[in-house]
Amino acid sequence: MDTTVTEENVWGGGNRPLGASYGKLMMWFFIVSDALTFSGFLASYGFSRFKFIETWPIADEVFTHVPFFHGNYPMYYVAFMTFILIMSSVTMVLAVDAGHNMKKNKTIIYMFLTIIGGAIFVGSQAWEWATFIKGDYGALETNGGRILQFVKADSGERAALADFAKVIPGDREQHSKNVGVWFKDEPTLTSYTVEEVKAGFMANPNILIRTETINEDGEKTLLTREESLSRIQDAKLVVEGANLVRNEYGSRLFADFFFFITGFHGFHVFSGVVINIIIFFNIILGTYERRGHYEMVEKVGLYWHFVDLVWVFVFTFFYLV
Amino acid sequence: MAHEHKLEIFRGLLKFKSNTQKIWGVLIFLSIVTAIEVALGITKPEILTKTSLIGMKLLNWIFIILTLVKAYYIAWDFMHLRDEKTSLRRTIVWTPIFLVCYLIFILLFEADYIYNVYKDGFVAWDF
Repeated sequence: MDTTVTEENVWGGGNRPLGASYGKLMMWFFIVSDALTFSGFLASYGFSRFKFIETWPIADEVFTHVPFFHGNYPMYYVAFMTFILIMSSVTMVLAVDAGHNMKKNKTIIYMFLTIIGGAIFVGSQAWEWATFIKGDYGALETNGGRILQFVKADSGERAALADFAKVIPGDREQHSKNVGVWFKDEPTLTSYTVEEVKAGFMANPNILIRTETINEDGEKTLLTREESLSRIQDAKLVVEGANLVRNEYGSRLFADFFFFITGFHGFHVFSGVVINIIIFFNIILGTYERRGHYEMVEKVGLYWHFVDLVWVFVFTFFYLV
Repeated sequence: MAHEHKLEIFRGLLKFKSNTQKIWGVLIFLSIVTAIEVALGITKPEILTKTSLIGMKLLNWIFIILTLVKAYYIAWDFMHLRDEKTSLRRTIVWTPIFLVCYLIFILLFEADYIYNVYKDGFVAWDF
C-alpha cells in the first residue's frame, strides 16, 4: 500500500482519529484499566461493609490522630493529606502548562514542587500506617472473634487497657529463635495478658464494655456493668493495634482493606514520585528542549492526576462514608 | 489539547482569562468542596444522618455526589479532558462508568443478601 494512502486512511492508523498522540493514548489505556482495578478494590470493600453493615468500625473513631498533637482530631489530618495531593496536582498542571509554552525553568520549578508534595503525601501515609498498626486503646477478642472495647462510665471516654489492667507479677518472657532450646518463636506478647485485663476490669466498676454492634443512633452499643461482667467471660485474647489477622478497631476485614487499598494507592504515589523525578532530571538535562516539545511532562501529568483522582475516592469511602 | 484551551467552567458561568488562572480557580473550587465534606463529616448534622434514601444515609449520598463532582473537575480540567475530542472523552469516561455501576450493583445486592443470611440464619457468630 502506498504511504500517502495509509496516511489518509483512518482504519490504517495513519492519521489520528482521536486527536491524541500514541503515547498519550497508551497512557489513557493504562489509566482506564488501572481505574477499573481500583474500582474492583473499592467495590469489594463495599461488599464486605454491606455484609457486616451493623458491626463495621466507625472511621471517625479510628483515625483521630494528628502528628505532634495530642487529643482527638478526627479527619483533620486526612483532609490535610487530600489538600496536599490536590495542591501537587495543581503544580503538575502548571508544569504541563509551562511546558506547552516551552518555558524550561518554570517547568523545572513546578515539577520540583510536585515531587515535594508527593513526598509529603507518602510520608503522611507511612505515619498513618504506623499509628494504625500501633493502635491506641487496646481491646479484647472473644471466642467468636468479636472485639470488645472499653469505656469509662463516668466520662464516656474510651479507656485504654493501661488505664485499668492489673499487673500480675510473674510475667513470662517473649520466646525468640535465638534463645529458645527448640528454636521456635512466637507472636509478639501483648503488654497485658487476658487475666490481667479481666482482673483489672473486675476491680474497677467504672469500666464498661463497648461491642461492635452499631445502634440506631449510629454509635457503638455500650453495655451496662452487669452485661459487661457477663460479656468479659467470653474474652480470649488481648488485641493491641492492627495486623492482617486481627485489629483492635473491630471487623478483621476493615484492617485488611485499609492496608490493601491505601497500600496500593501509596505504591502508586511512590512510583509516581519516582517517575516525576526521572522526568524532572530529563527537563534539567534539556531532553525535551532538544525534542522540541514537552509532551512527556503531560503524560506523567496524566498519571499523577489519576493518582489524585483515586485518592478522592479512597478518602470518601474509607474516611467519610 | 496542544492548540487551545477551553477556559470556561460551570457551563460558561465562569470564564477565565488564561489557562493558569483556570487552574487556580479549579483548585479553589476543589478546596471548598473538600472543606464542606470535612465539615459535614465532623459535625454530622442529625437531619442528614437520620434520613435515609434508597438504603443509605442522606449524608453518605451527599459525600458520594461531592466526590463525583470533584472527580469531574480533576478529570476535565487537570487531565484536560475538556480539551480533548468528544469521541476520546466519551470512550474514556463511559466505559468505566458502565462497568463500575454494573459491578457495584451486583456486589452490593449480594452483600445485602449475605447480611440477611447471617442475621436470620441459625448460626451464632457473636459469642
